Amino acid sequence: MSGPLLSIEGVEAAYGDILALRGVDLAVHAGEIVTLIGANGAGKSTLMMTIFGSPRARAGRILFDGRDITAMVPHDIARAGIAQSPEGRRIFARMSVYENLQMGAAVNGGVHFNEDLERVFAIFPRLKERIRQSGGTLSGGEQQMLAIARALMSRPRLLLLDEPSLGLAPLVVKLIFDTIRDLNKREGLTVFLVEQNAFHALKLADRAYVLVNGSVTMSGGGRELLARPEIRAAYLEGGH
Amino acid sequence: MENFLQQLINGLTLGSIYGLIAIGYTMVFGIIGMVNFAHGDVFMLSAFIALLVFLILTQLVGLAYPPLAFLIVLLAAMAFTGLWSWAIERVAYRPLRGSFRLAPLISAIGMSILLSNFVQVAQGPRNKTVPPMFTDLIRLTDGPLSVTLSYKQILIMAVTAALLLGFWFLVQKTALGRAQRACSQDRKMAALLGVDVDRTISLTFVIGAALAAVAGALYILYYGVVNFSDGFTPGVKAFTAAVLGGIGSLPGAVIGGLLIGLIETFWAAYFSSDYKDVAAFSVLAVTLVFMPSGLLGRPEVEKV
Repeated sequence: MSGPLLSIEGVEAAYGDILALRGVDLAVHAGEIVTLIGANGAGKSTLMMTIFGSPRARAGRILFDGRDITAMVPHDIARAGIAQSPEGRRIFARMSVYENLQMGAAVNGGVHFNEDLERVFAIFPRLKERIRQSGGTLSGGEQQMLAIARALMSRPRLLLLDEPSLGLAPLVVKLIFDTIRDLNKREGLTVFLVEQNAFHALKLADRAYVLVNGSVTMSGGGRELLARPEIRAAYLEGGH
Repeated sequence: MENFLQQLINGLTLGSIYGLIAIGYTMVFGIIGMVNFAHGDVFMLSAFIALLVFLILTQLVGLAYPPLAFLIVLLAAMAFTGLWSWAIERVAYRPLRGSFRLAPLISAIGMSILLSNFVQVAQGPRNKTVPPMFTDLIRLTDGPLSVTLSYKQILIMAVTAALLLGFWFLVQKTALGRAQRACSQDRKMAALLGVDVDRTISLTFVIGAALAAVAGALYILYYGVVNFSDGFTPGVKAFTAAVLGGIGSLPGAVIGGLLIGLIETFWAAYFSSDYKDVAAFSVLAVTLVFMPSGLLGRPEVEKV
């Protein structure tokens, strides 16, 4: 067995003078769902963007499939085979659902566009009904589906999901998480998921890391962490 | 009535030229939120390129067939002006991206001065002329005040219409156009999807300059004369057109261009040609009081 698909080694990142990541180490192996949980402001989204080179890590290194991507620009990282459904979804509001998906296929020039379109419509039939609607008119749940579908259009080898459950109704959250599990089981898609919704994320994940103030403080199997009292106290009290 | 019809034709001709220049302002503003103050001088430069290419073709090469000469002039002006604009963006704007908002604006004003001074030094301060082309007229009415439509005017409106159609197709239906629209909405997300944002911005400058170059070639065809300082007024008018139509909106730029051309022409015809520029700018001021984002613009939400 070769090394991990994504390997983050001692990564530090900062916005101006504010250090957001203080030496993060973690690894995602091919075929895994790995989650990173942590409170607001712990640096989760910063890590997601640092993987994409924006902001660039100022110390440490990031390897994707053994290749050093630390100094690469975002669009080259996308072309290397990583896709992201980012924090806040970032749907192109003044483009149709169809055009948003076309943008997702921009990396490979849309060579298997129709095939991939059918695939994401099979996963999210709702999007097919909305195909001509502009992104800005979709509901939050639909936008999240579109953000994931858009990411899938590039046939990524690693999918980064940043808080897909944020602001969504419980039923929609369940649908999104079931979909992620399905993609992983059926297609072997490797997923790196960042969540505040620790309960769902830990239940779904093969392995998990806990990020506190820009450092990983704990790691282990998803269900194993879910059982730990300190995790329950810090991230799960107050219902799920 | 005859006078009205004649002025309508004249106004639409002038408005076509403004519209072509205005697209460059509005596209660049849409994608990087910057007013490219050098764009008017890029237009002036393109008129000089068109003039030089035309003189080379007719005087040195001895090409005697005007439509072919004009086509070559058009394509050469688009190519060379595009190259200039690409270089300007690369040297004067890209290094300042991510700097404070006013920095690229100041740099653009600097480029504007540089371009007009460069042309003044290289080509001299006097008016440059080309011999008239496509001088035939079509008489639409008979009488003392007959309405005429010149071949030149037909050519200007036809070229503009064809170009706008092609341009609309580019923006709406091609991968490059989609990338441009994506960048104008969310540059960072576009990059996450594998779009080379810098390249897309460069191409936006090149396309804007190529359209301005068509305007420049049509300008020299229409007026037969150009001067190093001719970038300023048409540039400001075209910018006004872009703002009037709603800056960032492509159809808005065209409609704004036609409106400014019509207002200016009608004012000069019915009132006084001394105040035609004042009339155009007054309409802008009044429009902005009631519709701050222009005719077709979206209300702007200031991004932090």
